[in-house]
Amino acid sequence: MSCSRRDFLKKSFGGALSAALPAGTGAFLGPRDAGASVGDAKKRWVFLVDTEACTGCGLCVKACKTENEIPLEAPITRTWVERYVVTRDGEAHVDSPKGGLEGFTDPQIRGETIDPEDISKAFFVPKLCNQCENPPCVQVCPVGATYQTNDGVVLVDREWCIGCGYCIMACPYGVRFFHPVHKTAEKCNFCYHRITAGMEAACVQACPFEARKMGDANNPDDPVTKVIKTERVSVLKDEYGTEPQVYYLGLDEKVR
Amino acid sequence: MSTELVVHGAEWTIKELFVYPNEFIYWSIQIVMYPYMTGLVAGAFVLSSLYHVFGQKDLKGIATFSLVFSLALLPVAAMPLLLHLQQPLRAANPLLTPHFTSAIAAFGIVFSTYALIVLSEIWFVYRQYFVAQVELLRNQAGIANAMRRTVYRVLTLGAHDVSQPALAADKKAAKVLAAAGIPVALFLHGYAGFIFGSVKANALWMSPLMPVIFIMSAVVSGIALCMLTYIVIMEWQAFRNRRRGGSEKAAEIKAAETQAIDKSTRFLLAFLVGAISLELLDLIFRGYTAMKSWDILRSVMYGKDFMNIFVLQYGLGNLVPFFLLVLPGRNLPRIIIALVLVLFGVFMMRWNVVIGGQAFSLSFSGYMHYHIPVIPHSVETFKEGVFGALTVAATPFVLFWIINKFVPSLRRDMDAGQSSM
Repeated sequence: MSCSRRDFLKKSFGGALSAALPAGTGAFLGPRDAGASVGDAKKRWVFLVDTEACTGCGLCVKACKTENEIPLEAPITRTWVERYVVTRDGEAHVDSPKGGLEGFTDPQIRGETIDPEDISKAFFVPKLCNQCENPPCVQVCPVGATYQTNDGVVLVDREWCIGCGYCIMACPYGVRFFHPVHKTAEKCNFCYHRITAGMEAACVQACPFEARKMGDANNPDDPVTKVIKTERVSVLKDEYGTEPQVYYLGLDEKVR
Repeated sequence: MSTELVVHGAEWTIKELFVYPNEFIYWSIQIVMYPYMTGLVAGAFVLSSLYHVFGQKDLKGIATFSLVFSLALLPVAAMPLLLHLQQPLRAANPLLTPHFTSAIAAFGIVFSTYALIVLSEIWFVYRQYFVAQVELLRNQAGIANAMRRTVYRVLTLGAHDVSQPALAADKKAAKVLAAAGIPVALFLHGYAGFIFGSVKANALWMSPLMPVIFIMSAVVSGIALCMLTYIVIMEWQAFRNRRRGGSEKAAEIKAAETQAIDKSTRFLLAFLVGAISLELLDLIFRGYTAMKSWDILRSVMYGKDFMNIFVLQYGLGNLVPFFLLVLPGRNLPRIIIALVLVLFGVFMMRWNVVIGGQAFSLSFSGYMHYHIPVIPHSVETFKEGVFGALTVAATPFVLFWIINKFVPSLRRDMDAGQSSM
């Protein structure tokens, strides 16, 4: 009795194994190997922010929220503008009320009035996803729901994201959040649906001062690429080794 | 726009000074519970292995109990993750498309491997008992007995051979599994430490010591919880026996209990010293190297979280129980107080890592304060509030009560199945 059961188990195990093997013999495929990747590999989207040109009007934030269906009143945003007021004692007073959505009309910074005589410098810094060459968010996603396209943009698959928040924790720039309606990780994607259709990103189009521009780093004739190649640009938090692809003109050392 | 806009984290996060707009306490109480419960599982298993692998005979009673208790704790290690996910229905995705560069991706695999080891070890330890029960219940009347017998028949998996060679094989298999289980249990938990330690964006978390610290504190908390539960159950049994007039039996129970507790205390102390040393090393190293993030870390650790870290975790949770256990004249009430404090200390350690790691902004220019939801007014505030955490904490005891009905881990007369007839 026990012998025949043993044989039965052996045979069914063998059968199951041989049935499973053809499916399992394949190597683990990345999206690129599986031919499921998107984007033109000849391109590399880059972003250029001219902090000298930004006036903190907030039109970019409004345009972004409208274009990408991020509720206006929700305290999260794909892009935001920070105001820096550095006083003579060297202290930086920073704020970004509602992400700068309504501009900066109040001279007070978080309830604090700063004497105009005491200001040594002041400026605005727009922030957005850096579409890192080495994105930590993509590295930590347990299901591969966030991925890098061939042209360098990091996207999120709302249909597959489990909402663990690991990518939010992994991003040193704080650009990620949970979408209040879709309940999945969300962030700026350079308006991928627009740029791949030949349009400008919503924020780029909305900026009246050309403080935001986009280009293709692989095209040496691209005007934005020319600026990045020939002028003194910097990136945010390069110490994390993420190789951010949003370049800044006139970035102050106070900017975090 | 809809009025039911729930921005995850906005409910319980209070921001101070400059914090990026999208920053909130995204990982809340359930992510505190996750390493805490995983640690308890790992620790309980290690305690049981001390007997099964290393032959610490005086730990036999508590070891058998710990093994079954670690099974009861096991599903609860995954529970906080489920309660935390924004898309809980997609919980199987990491198994369907595991993205192995992520530290979380292998959780399901490591967790299932460990679950298989625990389940099979328990099966080998109790198989003889299951077979005996099938025989014992054969001629007993009543539907309940028939149902119990069916359960036991299923539990034997058709292996009714209780000859000496078969039992010897069982014993050997249990030992091999217990030995294989130690690295897997430690891996399961060291891995939880890696999930935090590898986040380079988080100045507090990023440390290669994190997995080791997690393992040490895991063993500490696991041993403490097993000891505490064991004491409570043993005291209850002794009390019941005394009331029935079996004072001799009560004394016997107390003796067995004291022996197991004395021995476990020694192991507990060793791991406690290891855990504290590593944590202090980490702290000193951060202060000494004083990287860019040290300014804000220092203001959090020595300022805002001083009470949580130095008073509650190190003081009340580590130092006080250490002295309670080390100083001469140790008695049961003192041990119980020490164990409760140890458990609290490890919980505070998890809290200070998970919540403390989100207490400061990535801009290093502001702070976030976590206000845990107490009275729930939505699914989210239940799941990620006090009641969600309490549900998780209570579940292992309920599970143990059920499992122990079929796998009696606390009967000394059973002798792991050898004399149950």
